[in-house]
This record gives sequence, structure tokens and C-alpha cells, in this order.
Amino acid sequence: MIDAKRRILLKGSLAVGAVGVAVGAGLLTPRAVLAAWPEAAFKARDVKTGLKELLGVEGGEPGGDITIKAPDIAENGAVVPVSVDSTATGVKSITIIAEGNDTPIIASFNLGEDALPSVSTRIKMAKTANVQAVVQTADKVYTATKEVKVTIGGCGG
Amino acid sequence: MAGNIKIRAKAEGGETSVKALMTHPMETGLRKDKKTGELVPAHYITEVTCKWKDKVVLTALWSGGVSQNPYLAYKFKGGQAGDPVELTWVDNKGETETATDKIT
Repeated sequence: MIDAKRRILLKGSLAVGAVGVAVGAGLLTPRAVLAAWPEAAFKARDVKTGLKELLGVEGGEPGGDITIKAPDIAENGAVVPVSVDSTATGVKSITIIAEGNDTPIIASFNLGEDALPSVSTRIKMAKTANVQAVVQTADKVYTATKEVKVTIGGCGG
Repeated sequence: MAGNIKIRAKAEGGETSVKALMTHPMETGLRKDKKTGELVPAHYITEVTCKWKDKVVLTALWSGGVSQNPYLAYKFKGGQAGDPVELTWVDNKGETETATDKIT
């Protein structure tokens, strides 16, 4: 009787151990956590493919009263401040793209109902290129670009 | 890694603006180590969730293209002094960190 219980206990702890190892090795957690993370969009090598993966369209139309704030000349491509504002109503998401990067889709911001269409961050730029902002509303996708000249690239080295 | 997020929230004219600075290497996985010539493994924040009073205001989905020690600023309607705001990031290794602040 005692021996049988001991067997069960041993088996139980072995099973828990296996799951623990799987979590520790990163086999379980990232997939569960990253369910909504659009990997295909971020790994895409061109803007069209990335946008198609992310928003279901290859590009937006001009409009949406988008304002991109970014420097005309960025001395350090590793840190380029970018702000995107829009006056469009019902903005669902804002995407920031560095057209000259190997993987151009940089960041996508999903706005909750209380959020205002205004986000700022800092991005890496490999070379002089257009920064593109894509604003998605309930039924439209708008886009705007601004050129940023980069004197020292910020990807690799 | 605790205490490595700086977050400030300020209410003005019916809007609240939040600014946050995180500490993170943001390695793309494409960069080579200059000494060894080997690729530095990818290690970057993939998702940032921003809450106001337990309600999600903004979810940022990021690639390795966001700069090291990322900065994020956003705005939302409403918000009063004393309301809690919370920011949580998760990276590609499953590491996570959370910070809170009260609106001023």
C-alpha cells in the first residue's frame, strides 16, 4: 500500500517536471503569450507583404489627416523618434513602417475605445528612407510618408 | 528586472497623456557581435499593454525595429488625477515586466 502510493507520487512529480522543463525551455510560454503577435507581418521583407499580413490590404490611400513627426536628418539611425497623429475618427490601429529596413514593419498600435490617435516611439532605420504611417479606421486604410535622411544606419554594424 | 520602467501620466483638458521608458536590449537577431562575428540572438519586446483603471487603452505590437530602451507615448480621452495607469511588456523570451503610476 505504502509502496503503491510512493509509485504514484513519483510518477506525478515526473510529469510535473516534464512540463516545467518545457516551460523553462520556452517551448510553451511564448506561443501562448504571443498568440496575437503578427509574426508573418513583422518578418515580411517588403511593405506590401507586411501590410497584407497585418491589415489585409497591400497599401492605404492618401488621407486621414495624418501627421508624422520625425527628424529630416537623423544622425543616428538606431534611435529615430517618430510620432504619428491623425484626426480621422474611429481609428483602430496605427502602424509605423521604415521602408528601407530589411523587415520594414516596425510597430503596430491597436487602439482601445478610449485611446486617441496619437502615438510616439523611437525606431531603428537602416538607411535613408521614407517612414510610412498607416492608419486603419473602421472601413478605410490611410497612409502618409515622410523622408528621413540617415547618416549612420541603425541595424547591425 | 524590477523597476526598469519609467512611466508618467498627466491629465490636461480632458485628455491624459502617458509617457513611458522601458529598459530592454531590443536585439533584432540580425546583428553580428563585432568580436566573435556571431549573430546576437533575438531578444526584443513583442507586446506592450497599456491600461487605465484595468481597461486596455492601447496594445503595441513591436518587432526588433523599435530602438533599444524603448520609448512609448500615447494619449487617451478622460482620466482624472489619482486614476491608476498600468503598462506591461512581454518579450520574445516570455519575460515580462509591469509598472504602474497614478495620473497627475
